[in-house]
Amino acid sequence: MNTILKVLSYQARDVVRSRWLIAYVGFFVLVTDGLLRFSGDPVKAQLSLISVVLFLVPLVSIVFGTVYLYNAREFIELLLAQPVNRRQMYGGVYLGLTIPLALAFVCGLGAPFLFRGIDASNGASLAVLLASGVVLTCIFTAIATLLAIRCEDRLRGLGAAIGIWMLLTVVYDGVVLFILAVFADHSLEHATLGLMLANPIDIARVTMLLRFDGAAMMGYTGAVFLDFFGKAQGALITLAALALWVAAPVMLGLRAFQRKDF
Amino acid sequence: MNQPLVRVSALCKKFGALEVLRAVDLDVRRGRVMAVVGPNGAGKTTLIKALLGLTRPDSGEILVNGVRVDGRESYRSRIGYMPQIARYPENLTGAELIAMLENLRGAGVTRDRELVDIFALDSALEKPLRVLSGGTRQKVNAVMAFLFSPELLVLDEPTAGLDPLSSSMLKDKILGARGDGKTVLVTSHVMNELEELADDVAFLLEGRATFVGTLDELKRITGQRTLERAIATMMRRGWIGEAA
Repeated sequence: MNTILKVLSYQARDVVRSRWLIAYVGFFVLVTDGLLRFSGDPVKAQLSLISVVLFLVPLVSIVFGTVYLYNAREFIELLLAQPVNRRQMYGGVYLGLTIPLALAFVCGLGAPFLFRGIDASNGASLAVLLASGVVLTCIFTAIATLLAIRCEDRLRGLGAAIGIWMLLTVVYDGVVLFILAVFADHSLEHATLGLMLANPIDIARVTMLLRFDGAAMMGYTGAVFLDFFGKAQGALITLAALALWVAAPVMLGLRAFQRKDF
Repeated sequence: MNQPLVRVSALCKKFGALEVLRAVDLDVRRGRVMAVVGPNGAGKTTLIKALLGLTRPDSGEILVNGVRVDGRESYRSRIGYMPQIARYPENLTGAELIAMLENLRGAGVTRDRELVDIFALDSALEKPLRVLSGGTRQKVNAVMAFLFSPELLVLDEPTAGLDPLSSSMLKDKILGARGDGKTVLVTSHVMNELEELADDVAFLLEGRATFVGTLDELKRITGQRTLERAIATMMRRGWIGEAA
């Protein structure tokens, strides 16, 4: 536990000072502030931010994470040559990457709202927006960590990172739409629900949209979703799916890290 | 105690189809400097990484102080490691990096910061590592290896990138450590440098330790007067298949 905290605190210091991280915070501050000014309505601004979060948070987490960890390879070797155990070292490396990225996102998006006032009408939905972004960060830095450990070749690792992001953001939705179009005559609400739970970005999207009464825009499927997520059981299943999406790459990464030949 | 500090026996390691170490046997004796030499790809770095627990051998074993290296980490508190010129977190300062290691190792160990003074690193340590020259980073590396007065120093190309003055100061430090009873394992491509430092030589060729013994013995066997010539002779013999 101690080693985790020590590694985490120094690595986080390094990440926080990175120009890319500062740019990441700056971007969210500018976009959020701009949307708040233009729309004049915090709820509308949050609705627009959903797409930005779904697009950018996974991309930055996975690409920055992969590049950072490839660059940190020699540093990790130096630390592993100290009397530290690998399991704790892995925890420190993963959290030292994830916590600064998550904080950067929360600060960048949260600060403008803080300045322009959070009230009962938008506080809860803002919390959902921030929480979704943090969970997406945890998932995609875990995938980045796994890739950087498993792929010796950094170009292949980075390629895989971008590939996974494209798959989950763009390709997946295309495939789902295709399936829906082909089987348009059948009642597919439950199949859609299953497909959605299999993609963390989709889970985040639906969770956020439902918060904003956006379900009305999704027709009958929306009604099924609302029914599903509105119940405690649905909420639990959603949380479980997200937890699995974090835990699976984290555990696979830990296993790979413990076996790796540096 | 006559038990060697490090005993490597029948150590094998494959990376895919490539056999990097094939049944390497060698002892590193206490209070001596052992040079590990051999052509590129002979397995020197893999041997060092196996000793540090960074790489897991397929078979064979390494004993440090009679205790088997098997994934537990405590034995590494006796080792100071200086890797080949490395890139470290670019936004941390040298001082932070050193503080981090001190933090990880915990209290109770005597600190040896002599090299900070010898290399006059005080102001450089306050700057982010990214702005330091390769040579200066190598000096920070050296500081970290000696920092905890370890029983065993593992130095991978320690003088690479150093100017002649710094390089000779580092060599004095290494010899001083031996004088204090420390054991040193060192690799280098500069044979003259090893000649100055080494008591013993382990010669690796294609993953086998084809010679392990004293420097004088190596010279005698090969009939050469310098380490460089002796190693050249070994390499020539190795290639026509009659290793010593």
